[in-house]
Amino acid sequence: MKILVCISHVPDTTSKINFTDGDTKFDTNGVQFVINPNDEFGLTRAMWFKEKQGASVDVINVGGPETEPTLRKALAIGADTAIRVNVEAKDGFQVAKELAKVVQDGGYDLVIAGRESIDYNGGMVPGMLAGLTGANFVNTCISLDVDGTAVTATREIDGGKETVKTSLPLVIGGQKGLVEESDLRIPNMRGIMMARKKPLSVVEPSGAGTETNAVSFEKPAPKGAVKLVETVDELIDLLHNEAKAI
Amino acid sequence: MSVLVYTESENGVFKKASLEVASYAKGIADMMGTSVTAVAVNGGDTAPLGTYGVDKVLNIKDAKLDAFNAAAYAKGIAAAAKAEGAQVVVLTQSANAKYLAPLLAVALEAGYASNVVSLPESASPFTVKRTAFTNKAFSHTEISTEIKIVGLGQNAYGLKEASGAAATEDFSPELGDFGVEVQSVDKATDKVSIADAEVVVSAGRGLKGPENWGMIEEMADILGAATACSKPVSDLGWRPHGEHVGQTGKPVASNLYIAIGISGAIQHLAGINSSKVKVVINNDPEAPFFKAADYGIVGDAFEVVPELNEKLRAFKAANS
Repeated sequence: MKILVCISHVPDTTSKINFTDGDTKFDTNGVQFVINPNDEFGLTRAMWFKEKQGASVDVINVGGPETEPTLRKALAIGADTAIRVNVEAKDGFQVAKELAKVVQDGGYDLVIAGRESIDYNGGMVPGMLAGLTGANFVNTCISLDVDGTAVTATREIDGGKETVKTSLPLVIGGQKGLVEESDLRIPNMRGIMMARKKPLSVVEPSGAGTETNAVSFEKPAPKGAVKLVETVDELIDLLHNEAKAI
Repeated sequence: MSVLVYTESENGVFKKASLEVASYAKGIADMMGTSVTAVAVNGGDTAPLGTYGVDKVLNIKDAKLDAFNAAAYAKGIAAAAKAEGAQVVVLTQSANAKYLAPLLAVALEAGYASNVVSLPESASPFTVKRTAFTNKAFSHTEISTEIKIVGLGQNAYGLKEASGAAATEDFSPELGDFGVEVQSVDKATDKVSIADAEVVVSAGRGLKGPENWGMIEEMADILGAATACSKPVSDLGWRPHGEHVGQTGKPVASNLYIAIGISGAIQHLAGINSSKVKVVINNDPEAPFFKAADYGIVGDAFEVVPELNEKLRAFKAANS
């Protein structure tokens, strides 16, 4: 089985968010970038397929050279090769179109992407990729088993979960639950050394355009001070009469 | 020309979020001087949609669609959008709507903005405000395609009644190959889901163990709320992953969010930023959550929560 894992290069979850250039650009100053957490669960599941079922695992990112350390980290975790599509990612549709070209050229059976990236939270790339390539698609996937070309997957739904049957070729939008958090892998020294020698190919973009454009950004208004109360009666009164929340 | 809205129902009854997106679609239609058409799948009584601004309902009736299927639903909505000459398609941000929206975007070659929080700032260029960086910021996003798809965040617009009645027509689009087949659904039917909840009661490690969640469930029961938890709690296996709220879990945009024994890590706060009123109960007055809260009680959850439950029950009985 040939697996492609899509890796988003995102600010780590503790990052403070700021903007520059008149609030039109994300301020990367002092920000640590990591593998998107939803993608990390998918990458670990892909490693399981590699080790237990003999799959090959490539990782891919659409972005500039600054994203290469994140791809190298994925290689250090155990991916075989990495691909970087050399264009600044501006919207989900553009990313999905660039990924679709690589998926079709590379003949991948299974594409694992995170259900959304934790920066722009569009939640669109895996579904658009499935739509563009004609593959089956399971979103918010929390369990995935492949037997030949037959697939059994579980996905999170509002208020529960649902088990589905489908077949390869398949794209999934993965998330926490696909593997346990305790199973996530930290690159060890051997992995890091090996990753330096693994192929990281840079491919030129197909030139896909964008459908959306983030014109500017804004931070939420500062929060007023908390109103501390001494008794539950006071709290119920405030929630009812002031906040109108109950 | 019209604004098309996809309205979800359960057992034939339209969900509150669907009435909210109908209200929102009416708001856009008024801006653009056009009408609202709703697409329903096996919808029952469509009269409530008329009450919230829908002029026409296209009801797709097909027993094969009783189980949700993203590819087939997207095809059906795309066919409706084409039949109606829709300029804008509006969806909720339910798990199912988020699942089908990107497939719909490909089918319609339409730009898609998710997590939108208000009416478009302008119709031309079509610009909407959406959350980004998991509620740590907003993005003013322009959609440049002929057809625009908007995913409206939960509780972002509210319900707005409009006078009118919806004419209902059966609609039978070609649904194509389903690709994915549902085998089983495991859903607690008597519980409110986080996605549908007006009120969310959430607890963290301060509760010391899963055996102490009875009082949290009791409060949720009194308030008709969903239960949720912090990341460490789901990592420890005290509560299911589906209840984990935060940057890598679920976002919550409820009207009221009650956090009990949760310190308020930046990742958790990002997940609940869109909630309107936040209450914190914590015995540590230095807990970061107090800085993000509207109301707080510094106290032991094991003393405060049972008393609060008792008094909330009495309040509800007196005010129902």
